[in-house]
Amino acid sequence: MAMETRKLEISYGDKHVLKEIDFKVENGQIVTIIGPNGSGKTTLIKALSRYIKAQSGDIYLRGKDIYSIPTKEIAKEMAILPQVKHVSADITIETLVAYGRYPHLRFGQRMGKEDKDIVDWAIERTGLKELRGRYIGQLSGGESQRCWIAMALAQNPRVLILDEPTTYLDISYQLEVLELVRELNQSLGITVIMVLHDLNQAARYSDKIYVLKEGRIRQYGSPEIIIEKRLLEEVFRIEPHIYQDKVNGCPYFIPHKII
Amino acid sequence: MIKNRKITINKDTIIAILIPLFIVSFFLSLGNGAVKISPVGIIKSVLYDKGSVNYQIIWNVRLPRTIVAALVGISLSLSGAILQGIMRNPLAGPNIIGVSSGGGFFAFIILIVFPHYYYLVPIGAFLGALFATLFIYSLAWKEGVLPTRLVLAGVAVSSLFGAGTNALMTFYPDRVHGVLGFMVGGLSAITWKEVRTILPYVSLGTTLILFLPGKLNILMLGDEVSTGLGLKVEKTRFILIIISSLLAGSAVSVVGLLGFVGLIVPHMVRLFIGSDYRYLLPGTIFFGASVVMICDTLSRILFAPAEIPVGIIMSAFGAPFFLYLLRKKEAV
Repeated sequence: MAMETRKLEISYGDKHVLKEIDFKVENGQIVTIIGPNGSGKTTLIKALSRYIKAQSGDIYLRGKDIYSIPTKEIAKEMAILPQVKHVSADITIETLVAYGRYPHLRFGQRMGKEDKDIVDWAIERTGLKELRGRYIGQLSGGESQRCWIAMALAQNPRVLILDEPTTYLDISYQLEVLELVRELNQSLGITVIMVLHDLNQAARYSDKIYVLKEGRIRQYGSPEIIIEKRLLEEVFRIEPHIYQDKVNGCPYFIPHKII
Repeated sequence: MIKNRKITINKDTIIAILIPLFIVSFFLSLGNGAVKISPVGIIKSVLYDKGSVNYQIIWNVRLPRTIVAALVGISLSLSGAILQGIMRNPLAGPNIIGVSSGGGFFAFIILIVFPHYYYLVPIGAFLGALFATLFIYSLAWKEGVLPTRLVLAGVAVSSLFGAGTNALMTFYPDRVHGVLGFMVGGLSAITWKEVRTILPYVSLGTTLILFLPGKLNILMLGDEVSTGLGLKVEKTRFILIIISSLLAGSAVSVVGLLGFVGLIVPHMVRLFIGSDYRYLLPGTIFFGASVVMICDTLSRILFAPAEIPVGIIMSAFGAPFFLYLLRKKEAV
């Protein structure tokens, strides 16, 4: 099991955001969390990322309790790409990607040859080789998202967590990012856990999908189980017409009207 | 690859240019004033002619003053560079966001109310600066620090400490004259005693921060990304706040409220070198020291024989530059 939570509970003040979450992700899968606004998707991702602490329940990363192992050790196995990221426009791609080596370096230690090789590899794998000396401020939205993925890749993680990696991107860049994520998953066996807004993209790129509703897991399963009339009506309040995408081998739907 | 190497060389070159600038500023500061002494004259008198008047001027008056100017420049600029990283905001600086005024107020209490405890001034200034930083940070923080909220909180806290300072002056009018220089930021009565007072604090703060540029770089990426990379965000930020308060407080304890150095120096160095703290911090050290030494020299020679406090010179150049930065920010 790549990641697992048991009876996870999180509340902000007296607002109960996540209730009894038993979340399991198998090694090497792409698992997407979907749900309407306020259903607790991002909170779940932030809890898995150890950015917010659960009031009760446990979270395991490859069998180890994430609250009992040092945060730097976790960072060697799990990389996070949150929605809110900052970077000065005058940093080069190469410098940003090299920050991914931070958890592997001891205090005051400089990057060795092995670290530099991994940075080169991450830059190459994300198709940024020609741009490596460019400043972040000069990049398009799609390029800068690839750059952050390269940084995560330089951590050499087994698990990659992405919170809405396609937000604010044009449709072609959205697909480019998701194709890259799938390619990394398939060729390197990295387990991917992400939040997506677009349900059709979730159906197309995921092995398994979790549906959250009002802080609880409402349904879990393969895209065929999730893209289903009654579930979509109940959770997302839309009336869908469901079709089969023969090219990509996945179900997709068109929302006909709001219920 | 080639392109990247070029950038690295450029950054090293800039730091290599800043070191001669530092040395030139040092000799300008030693050589200029009521009596002009050439660099050769300076070295000659210090090494071979210890009985001369020039030796007296340089060794007892200008050298301690120049050293303190350099130390103050280093500590205020580094403090600003650190604050800009913590707040993730190039408009932060010990003077703008009220850290200096916090340190100044605490130092002022000791100087005016308990003058015989003058040796506690550095510690008082440090505690005041620390208290002010934490206070402003907690006021301005709400899911991140917005530039406007930070500046507003800083203005509010500054005026609060300013009111406290004014209240003290009203209660102890007879003691005000002795501390007037402290208010505007001056280097006029500096002796070796002041060098000894702040040297340990500045050395400690500078040494500590030179171990931490990697962590500052990570912190700049935002709390969530830094957590993901395995940085202990809250702990790191707290240590950095302590160091920046130590640096700002030690400078304030000796020269008083010296304006704008901490904002402008790191900002300018950032323009030349970029935001990578591995280069920004050394650049800030040399440039910060040079700027204060040059401004102090100007303060001695511009209206000679009269001397204007260096704080006034700094503000005269600093205020327009700050306005320029604000306007530029709006345009983006």
